[in-house]
Amino acid sequence: MLSRYRNLRRKGMLGVNERNVSYIARYNDRKLYPLVDNKLLTKKAAEQSDIAVPKLLGVISVPSELHTLSDIIESHQSFVIKPARGSGGKGIIVITDRDGKRFVKPSGEQLRFRQLRRDVSNILSGVYSLGGRPDVAFVETLVAFDPNLQRYSHEGLPDIRLIVFRGYPVMAMLRCPTHASDGKANLHQGAVGVGLDIASGRVLRAVQGDLIIERHPDTDVLFSDLQIPEWRELLDLAASCYELAGLGYMGCDIVLDRYRGPLILELNVRPGLAIQLANGVGLRHRLKQIAALEHIDESPVNRVDYILEHFV
Amino acid sequence: MSSRAQVYLFAVIFTLLGLWLTYYKVSFLNLPLLPGSVKTVWSIEAKLLFNTWGEPVVADLALPEPHSNYAILDETFASSGYGFVIETDAAQRRAVWTRREADGLQTLYYKLQITQLDEGAATEPLSFSTAVLKPSWSAAQYAAATGLINEARNRSADSKSMAQQLLKVLADRDTFQDANMLFQSAPGRSPASLAVDLLSAADIPVHMVRGVQLENRGRNLPPAELVEVHDGNGWHLFDPITAEPGLPENYFIWQRGGQSLLDVVGGRSSRVRFSMISNDVPVENLKSIDAEGDSRTLAGLNIYSLPLDKQAIFKSLLLIPIGALIVVIFRVLVGLRTSGTFMPVLLALAFIQTTLLTGILILVALVMAGLLIRTYLSRLDMLMVARISAVLIVVVFLMAGFSVMSHRFGLDQALTITFLPMVILAWTIERMSITWEEDGAKEVMIQGAGSLVVATIAFLVMTNPVVEHLTYNFPELLLVVLGIILVLGQYTGFRLSELYRFRYMDQ
Repeated sequence: MLSRYRNLRRKGMLGVNERNVSYIARYNDRKLYPLVDNKLLTKKAAEQSDIAVPKLLGVISVPSELHTLSDIIESHQSFVIKPARGSGGKGIIVITDRDGKRFVKPSGEQLRFRQLRRDVSNILSGVYSLGGRPDVAFVETLVAFDPNLQRYSHEGLPDIRLIVFRGYPVMAMLRCPTHASDGKANLHQGAVGVGLDIASGRVLRAVQGDLIIERHPDTDVLFSDLQIPEWRELLDLAASCYELAGLGYMGCDIVLDRYRGPLILELNVRPGLAIQLANGVGLRHRLKQIAALEHIDESPVNRVDYILEHFV
Repeated sequence: MSSRAQVYLFAVIFTLLGLWLTYYKVSFLNLPLLPGSVKTVWSIEAKLLFNTWGEPVVADLALPEPHSNYAILDETFASSGYGFVIETDAAQRRAVWTRREADGLQTLYYKLQITQLDEGAATEPLSFSTAVLKPSWSAAQYAAATGLINEARNRSADSKSMAQQLLKVLADRDTFQDANMLFQSAPGRSPASLAVDLLSAADIPVHMVRGVQLENRGRNLPPAELVEVHDGNGWHLFDPITAEPGLPENYFIWQRGGQSLLDVVGGRSSRVRFSMISNDVPVENLKSIDAEGDSRTLAGLNIYSLPLDKQAIFKSLLLIPIGALIVVIFRVLVGLRTSGTFMPVLLALAFIQTTLLTGILILVALVMAGLLIRTYLSRLDMLMVARISAVLIVVVFLMAGFSVMSHRFGLDQALTITFLPMVILAWTIERMSITWEEDGAKEVMIQGAGSLVVATIAFLVMTNPVVEHLTYNFPELLLVVLGIILVLGQYTGFRLSELYRFRYMDQ
């Protein structure tokens, strides 16, 4: 046991204790959390700083504004409704198409407007927010899937999680929803984590739970064939989140839109550690290297250059 | 100075301070570091109740005798509106309350703290009268008594065994009609007072002994009566109901001989009821209770300066940091997931009252029932506070139901259910049910089992006699616990569970 401890330590694995004490507590200012915990605030701040996000179509903050829902979605064939403070993908309503007066969900299920309105009303009453606090619902454009990535997902949307430390993206993985994860991208719920080489975006390996796998369990596609397009743009976008949120240690969730390229989906103050398993590499050495930097380059592009140079 | 260095500095200061204070108390105040010599101190509350109707009242309570089997450490009297005086005659101290006019139910209190004497009851040097006072009975009663006396005489060899046999036949009302008749002819009389009459009728010197059968957390107990008979050589105690000789265990002799425990003039239906709790106090401290202004008191750190019932509360309060330490160790070093951070500590505290196995069984049953009901409530789309309150009320109902049912089946252990922290339970049920919906039943099992494991271990540590002794007598050691927790708060190594989680990385 002691030898395993030393071994993991040498390999640079980061444990929960160290993450909490040495990185989250030291580099993240608590008063910045509300911006990150509220997806609507994150999105608005991002739009102000010209950081690419799915376009905000409208906001419904109180039940008396529910009647504006039909105006907001009127001209859109597809859209997504989200609770501002939901967690773990709960309460998100994805509408991919319309069939006459009805709305079509990814599963093929059809909703009447009345049902849609009731779902939004539930979001407002705080059904999905932590602690049941009244919440705000917002409507955004549906991300147009990159067909190349679409093959690696079951139902849900694959996204790319990057750990961004002091503005430097240090590690990345693709999170592919599976049937077991019920279309959600959370690894502990059964989604597949695909480790990506931070410098090139190439696949390192894929894990589901504890096991290393080669193919997607539902779609049977080989992970080793995968190449993330627009990797450099994606890194630049992730690096720019540091200026947006001001958090030293965070997780950055990015999706690839077929037309608009990489978009920020949400930020996370307490990103999980499974990304190390997906990469087969520990975070510690990279974090230490960045922590040792005396000065942080102010330009996101320069920071990414540093990464491309040093983390090959 | 970096925050890390500050933490270590404080940890070292706290630890050294705690250890130094402990060392000081051990070596200069001679407090025992390890448990061993503790004595049980009983706090007894005697409640005097009687009804009055506006006439002058004199209530006269016999106080415990100095030559009892227990020593009185402290006594207080509560008597609002009453004049109060202690009268001492040769044999007996009596507390006398007086009032010109009183109406309705009156309650007076007499509180005392006692501890058992090592030498036991001082039976010998007593000079009670061995004169026999014949009871004033009717002819029929005498006839019945004579029957019983003859029966007992046939079965016995000397006056001691005679007395014992007499008590046996008196108690065996199914076999002996005469005994039955005696009881029926004197309704309302206690077995002890009948036994005194019967033994007197048999020319055996006898008097009644009144006292208290001590029982931890006993509430509103009536006085327990014994009879003491003289066999020509010395006095012997008997339980009038079982005819067992000798002094029962934990029996506090209040009054030997004497007419009555409580006399009330101007009042009716007077009675005395006793409530009590027990406390284990090191022998050393009994002395400081005795000696006023003892120099041992160390700048407010001495809990013994508090009243005894408050000390009992502190006893469990002082154990909470130990439970917290266990929680920190299990979450930081082991990585066990629990449902709610300090819920296991509260559970462990409750287990101290319920005993471990009963506590766990009741808890599991309660949480499962609560989860079922919560599942239904969640379908009703309620606001959280209302929902938790609803669960709370359901938990109260479940507790009441469990208690009544188990009592009916004769499982009185389950009555301790009320010691489980109700509000915490409601929260636990709420949290577990959310976890169930969001992360599945497996996660609920993991967290539930984790909580139970931590609670059980916390319970085992907190009930360890050494730990109990140390926290109670050396509360400054909690500074050491604080120091350890501060250091653990800086631990950045792997958790035990991570060694498993990351096992595939070890190649």
